[in-house]
Parts: sequence; structure tokens; C-alpha cells
Amino acid sequence: MKRKVVIIGNGMVGYKFCEKFIAAEHSSNFELVVYGEEPRPAYDRIHLSEFFSGSTEEDLSLAGREWYENNGITLHSNALVSGIDRKNKKISIYKGGEESYDYLVIATGSHPFVPPIPGVNKQGVFVYRTIEDLENIMSYGKRILAKGKREAAVLGGGLLGLEAAKALQDMGLKTHVIELAPRLMARQLDDEGGQLLLSSMESMGLQVHLSKMTSEIAGNGAITEIKFNDGTSLDVDMLLISAGIKPRDELAKDSGITVGPRGGILVDDTMKTSDDAVFAIGEVALYNEMIYGLAAPGYSMAEVAISQILGGDKRMVAEVDMSTKLKLMGVEVASFGDHFCEGVPHQSITYLNRYRGIYKRINVTEDGKKLLGGMLVGDSSEYNLLLQYVLNEMPLPEDPESLILPAGKDGGDAAGSLDILPDSAIICSCESVTKGEIINSVAEDDCSSVKEVCACTKAGTGCGGCKPLVTDLVADTLAKCGKEVSNHLCDHFAYERHELYDIVKVRGIKSFNEALDAIGKGDGCETCKPALASIFASIYNETANRQDTIQDTNDRFLANIQRNGSYSVVPRVPGGEITPDKLIVLGKVAKKYDLYTKITGGQRIDLFGARMEDLPLIWEDLIEAGFESGHAYGKALRTVKSCVGSTWCRYGMNESVSFAIMLEERYRGIRSPHKLKGGVSGCIRECAEARCKDFGVIATEDGWNLYIGGNGGANPKHAILFAEGLDDETCVRYIDRYLMFYIRTAKPLMRTAPWLEKLEGGVEYLREVIVDDKLGICDELDEQMEYMVGTYECEWKQAVEDPAIRSRFSHYVNSDEGDETMEFVSLRDQKMPAPWA
Amino acid sequence: MQAILEKYVSVSTDKVKNWVCAGPVDLYPDDGGKCFKYKGKQIAIFSFSRRNKWYACQNLCPHKFEMVLSRGMTGDAMGEPKVACPLHKANFSLETGKHLNGDLPSIATYPVEVRDGTVYIGMMD
Repeated sequence: MKRKVVIIGNGMVGYKFCEKFIAAEHSSNFELVVYGEEPRPAYDRIHLSEFFSGSTEEDLSLAGREWYENNGITLHSNALVSGIDRKNKKISIYKGGEESYDYLVIATGSHPFVPPIPGVNKQGVFVYRTIEDLENIMSYGKRILAKGKREAAVLGGGLLGLEAAKALQDMGLKTHVIELAPRLMARQLDDEGGQLLLSSMESMGLQVHLSKMTSEIAGNGAITEIKFNDGTSLDVDMLLISAGIKPRDELAKDSGITVGPRGGILVDDTMKTSDDAVFAIGEVALYNEMIYGLAAPGYSMAEVAISQILGGDKRMVAEVDMSTKLKLMGVEVASFGDHFCEGVPHQSITYLNRYRGIYKRINVTEDGKKLLGGMLVGDSSEYNLLLQYVLNEMPLPEDPESLILPAGKDGGDAAGSLDILPDSAIICSCESVTKGEIINSVAEDDCSSVKEVCACTKAGTGCGGCKPLVTDLVADTLAKCGKEVSNHLCDHFAYERHELYDIVKVRGIKSFNEALDAIGKGDGCETCKPALASIFASIYNETANRQDTIQDTNDRFLANIQRNGSYSVVPRVPGGEITPDKLIVLGKVAKKYDLYTKITGGQRIDLFGARMEDLPLIWEDLIEAGFESGHAYGKALRTVKSCVGSTWCRYGMNESVSFAIMLEERYRGIRSPHKLKGGVSGCIRECAEARCKDFGVIATEDGWNLYIGGNGGANPKHAILFAEGLDDETCVRYIDRYLMFYIRTAKPLMRTAPWLEKLEGGVEYLREVIVDDKLGICDELDEQMEYMVGTYECEWKQAVEDPAIRSRFSHYVNSDEGDETMEFVSLRDQKMPAPWA
Repeated sequence: MQAILEKYVSVSTDKVKNWVCAGPVDLYPDDGGKCFKYKGKQIAIFSFSRRNKWYACQNLCPHKFEMVLSRGMTGDAMGEPKVACPLHKANFSLETGKHLNGDLPSIATYPVEVRDGTVYIGMMD
């Protein structure tokens, strides 16, 4: 019969126990039963604050219910355990029932510690730990905002408190942080570091109150004021308490298991409690007189307990690494090893740059040979490397200060320093993955990308802090194995798109065949042909007619191929503004050629079901009525959507339609790595949904606000504010440069949102390039855009006027008939393609 | 559907009974394709001008049974000439007819000869 392991608690550590248990050898002789008190399976608490910025439960989930099922684990959610009967080896469930066990693992974690301040039970006072807490905080925040109140506070200026403060600020609340200690993050930072973090936080609008002891939470029913024991007070309408954690050891305590004097279940280095059949792991465990509120030590504890249950003898290390790295409101903060070195002989080396908000401190042994620990504020890029020095006790270079000084021209190179790490060096501390394991996954298991390595070794799947190091290591190992790190476009061109762009431009290559002869091989393929077609279009502004056979099928036939090989036709309707006469023409053309009509999402009209041989005839009619190609078939500018703006709307701040028409006519025909969409809204009500576009413009009292890098589709992204209060000319100039820079540097079929995400330095860097002309390329970008705008031609007009081009649209080479196999059926008074078999 | 598939059977050069004239070479685009109608069948004919080669196959893509392969983009995969279906980019070898990026049924291929600037395809009927 299988032996039964019962786990109380389904948080991050409880889940990790399950994951590692089923992966361990001999674990199939055991049955796992999990009791979790929350209504949903374990989720990622580290990234909880992302819930405020739009992450969903699903994003945070570590594994769905089906994962437990598929692995034979019985998961009871919403099931609070109320007692342990150690004598009979069973637990009782609060809602009723019992469960017997052979081994019991307590992973109940902790409660937020709520100090006994008078008034903590008032409405509007919250703790910050679970998804339910966050939901309550969000709905209360919205309620007070709706009442016109804006003041909120966080009690506790530690790591979690500052995260909570950011969440409040993101909700639009004016946020105060109240801290008992004389500095922020007192457990991770020294005075200098805390001071620097304080200035950074304050510059972002956070009000910080240090050395404040709260004496009372006042208000009639709901909180309105916090009183301090120095006689001062603060008016707030909401308070989050983040004053530390309290281990949930009550089950153990009630059943007579030894707990520490200040809480926590006492365990030894095997994670056993005072009862040999009962283990405690994670934040509830008291090991070496410490509670460890981090994921990585909790995961190590899970591994130790598993080994012990399965008959192994893994033990917890004597000194638990408490290094952390995180980003608070955009400010990087990290501490590693022994960061204070209190009472330990050492020398500190510090680097302080108040102007840039950077503070770094490393503690080295007195002989300067080993690194003991340190802290980083404002720039934690050296964290991984420094941590490796500490964990592996590696000898320091002769000038250890070089490790934290800003890299000069011949400055530090992370990849180069990878060589000095031993294979046993832990690269990912959440998952305990060593350098050797990562190298093996590349060298022996044939992983060839960071993604594959992470999937195979689990490195980087926890907090993600080690990702940069993993990336370097993978690239380095691939290179050493003689494997190519392939970013190449395809087998025919050993270049990335932006390299090809430069080569084509510099060498003046004019055709695909010329490119193959000069820098490629073979006949090309469906990847490199359209990519080069797009590059030729971007450099020479040539239409899809000149080299038609290297175009994707839609560009080649200047229409969108549909399910049965028929095409759809979308004439341009700039800004979505159309005259009644033109509407009538669209209707007449649709009737004449028997087309299905539908309004598109981009404020124009799509005519479906056109036979290929009819396309030139349809366009003859459309062009005569003044229509132009809408480029709905191209990786090109589609539409600039607009709301009706100040010409009609009583709220409008500016003429959004006129501006949208101007932008659409400016950028029409321009081809790009992927499709481009724009939007212009006349006020902040944003009816044009401009923030879902690659470029979005919103009118304000002070001028246009420009947003960039948004899209709908499979991975919706809101555009990011790029600049505010712009006049027409500046706004257009910025969009010009942004689009040209994107067109030059993006990968094929990469929209602006992922491009911006990948762009090193992000939107700040882009601002430096476009506004400050950091790279000195603005003139060139402007010139190229002027050239594109000045040489625009409607490619459908070219096509219908040139008999050679028109012949492209015949279905048969030896007959004027169309494809007789194409079938339509009727649908709601129109037609549709016959269904697929 | 089966009936329409059975209309298309590969022809090897030694089995050709009838070299059918498919018109002058300049009816066909360089490094591209066009559809030729013969006895109720649709045959896609491709020129690979870069290496002075011609290929022919059925115009029907066996994935969704649409007559579209002649509009597909040509190229090579490790030297093997191929066409990519314009609908979902299924790649077929123009030498063997094999589906190169999946396991759809193979397409029928036909021999092509060019004499005196005229294209001929080899058929059994």
C-alpha cells in the first residue's frame, strides 16, 4: 500500500514541495494529499503587486487544478485544517472530516503581523497578502476615489510595504509610507542606502514619514486619521498594514509540537519538528532561530523534507542565503550575503552617485581576498556576479572596487567573468540550478535557446532575477560548443533584419536576386522574400508591383486572400470620414461584383468574396470615384482611427478627425516590419481607443499627448505615454522618427509593442534617440520619412493602368475564366464561402 | 473531395504520353507561378529563373482543398525546390510533392520541358 504524505498549506512552498516530490526518485510509492485554505490553487505571491497592473489570477497561477489531477495529487482548496491528532496520525478539517497521514508537512506560511494599535479594526484598514486582500483593497480604493478622497498610507517601509505603496499609487491614490525605523528597508539597507532610496521614492511622489510610532487609528467607523505618539497626525482614508509576518504555527502549538518563544515551528536541519513524522517548511519554520520570508530558502527546505521522507539524508545548509533583488517603483534594490557585516571584521567599499541615484556597497574580508556581502540601490546589474563571488567564495580581483565602479570603455564584461565561476556555482537560487547543469543542457541535451534551457532546467522560472546571467551563459556555451546562436533571418541570409536593412541601403542593392547573389544563397523562401520586399519598400518606397513574386500573397495580389481563395477589398477611408457619395459608390461596386460587405474595426468598409480576375475591374470603379488602396493586405499603415473630435463633440479639446486624416495620408503606403495602426482621440475619454494602437494621440488642454507601442490582438498592450502637450508639428515629427526607427531596427513581423519591450533602455532610451537625438540620426530619420511621404503612389492605380500588371490577376494562363471550383453559399441576405470540408 | 484528389496523379518523365504545350515562357513570371488549365484539371507551373528550372504540380492544396498553390511563394529548403501555400504556408517539395513541414498527403508533380521558348508539361492523358 502507498504511504501517504499530507501537506497543510498550498502556497508557493507547499506547491514547490509537490512539484519536487513527484519529480523525485521513488516518489511513486507515496500518495500526496494537499489541504489549502485559500479558494484557489497556489499562486505566485512574489509578483502579487502585478495584480494591480492588470495581471490576472491565471497569470499568477503556478499550476492549474488539472496539474494536480494529472500528477495524482489530491488537492482540497477552501479547506482549513483545524487540528492535528499526532497519536493517531490524522488531521481534522474545520468543515468536517479527517485525513490520516504517514508523514505530515506543515507549510502554512505566515499571517501579516498586525500590531495591537487601537482602531486597527476600522473600515479601510487592510493587510496585503492574498488575492482576496488585493481585491478588497482595489474595490475600497475605487470607492474612496469615487468620493473624491485621495489619501492612503502604508504602515511599514520594508520591501513588501513599498510594493504595496506602489500598488496604491498606481490606483491614483496619494500615498504615504509610515516607518518606525529611521530609514526605509531597514533590514536590507544601511543609512546611506536607505537615504538614497528615500530620495528616489519621494521624487516619484511618495510621502515618507520615518521614525513614526503609530498610537491610534481614528475615525468614526472608517479610518480618517492616523495619530502618532509624538503628537502629530496624518489624515488618510485607507491604510495597508505591512509590518512584518507572523508564522502560522497555531496548529503545531495546539498539538504539542515545539514552537519558538516568538513563534515559528522549531525544526532541525532535516526540517523535522519535535515529532519525527511531522515536517515544517517555509515561513512557518523556525530554523537557526530565524524565520525565512523568502521563496528560495522555502524551496530548499522543501527539498530537504522530500529527501528525508524518501529515505535520503539531505540537510539544510547552516547559513541560509537571504540575498534578494527587486525593483521598487522602477528603482532596483538588492542585498546579498552578509550585507551589514555587523560584528564581523571587514572593510567596506562604497560607490555613491546621488545625481543618478546609485549606491553600491561591498563588504570584503580584511585581507581583501573574499567578498562577504553587500547592497545595491539604483543599479543592481552586478548583483548576479557579486552573489556568485559570495556563494562560491571565489577569490576577488586585486582591485575589488572594479566590481562596482561604472564600466568604462574597457569595463567589466559579464560574459567574460562567467569563466571564473565553478560548475557548482548556483545560478538560479530559487530552483537551485548550477552553472554545470545549464552548460550540460546546452552541450549534451541540445537545448539551443534560453527558452529551452529554462524549460529543461527550470532556471529562471522563479523570481527571474538570474535570467540575464542564464542568457549570457547560454550564449557563451553555445559559442564554445561551436553551435551557432542563430538570429539569422533564415537559411538563405545569415543576417538579422536590421543588418540586412543596413547592407541593402549601404550597398544600394535593388532587387531580391541581387541580394541573393551578393549576400545570400539558394532560391530564398517565404521568410526572407517578404522580409526583403519590406526592406526594399522602406528604403526605396517601391510598391509591391515592382517585385511581385517576392511579396506575400496578399501584397502580390494587393488584396486579402480569404478562406476559399477569393479576396477582400478595403479602400482607404482616412480617419474613418466618408461622404455619402462615396458610401453609395461602395454599395454600388459591392452589388455589381456580388461582394459581401462588413464594417471593419478600423472604421472602413471591407468588400469580401472578390474573384481574383475581378480585382482590377473593381479597382477601376473605385479609383474613378476617388478611392485609393487601403493597404489592408500589407504590413503597412492600416488606418488612423478617430473620434469625432471638437468639430462636433461638446467635450472635444481638438480636431481629432482632421489630425487623423493628416496622419493617415502622411503615412499611407509606408511598409513596415508588421502592420501599423494609429488613433487620434479628441479628449481623454479616448473614444478612438488610441492607446490600443502603435501610435495614439490624445488631445488635452495643453496640446497632444503621444502614446506609442500599443496593440490589440493576441497580446493586448496599452500604448505608453511618450510625450505630453505637443503642438501638431512636434507630434508629427516624433511619430515620423519613431516609425522610421522602428522600421529600421525591428525583426520581421514584430509589432511596435514587443519591439519596444526588447529595445534596450525602453521608452526612456527611445526618448533620448528621438527627442534628444542621442544617436545623431534624427536628420537621417526625418529625411527618410520626407522621402517616403513625397514619393507615395497608389499601387492599385499603378496596377490598373499597366496591362502587364493587370495580367497578374488572371486565374488561368490559358483562359479568361475564373476558378470554377470556387463556391459560395448564402448568408443573411449576402454570401459566404462554402464551408470547409 | 476524394474524387477531386484522385484527379491528380504524379507523372514521371518516362510515363509521359503527351507533352502538352502550356504557352510561351513569358506568360509566366520569373521565379513565380501561374495556373494552367488542362482537361478540367488545374496545374500550377513554376519558373525558377535563377537556375533555369521549371516545375509543375497540382494547383489544389490538400490541406483545405483550395485551388491556390500557383499563387504561392517559391523557394528552396536545403536546396530542395518548394512552394508555400498562400493560405497557411504548407510547404511542398516541387521535386517529390512531399509536404515538408507537416504530414499532409503529397501533391502530384509533373515534368516540365522548355523548347524554343515554349513550356510543355508531361501528362498521361
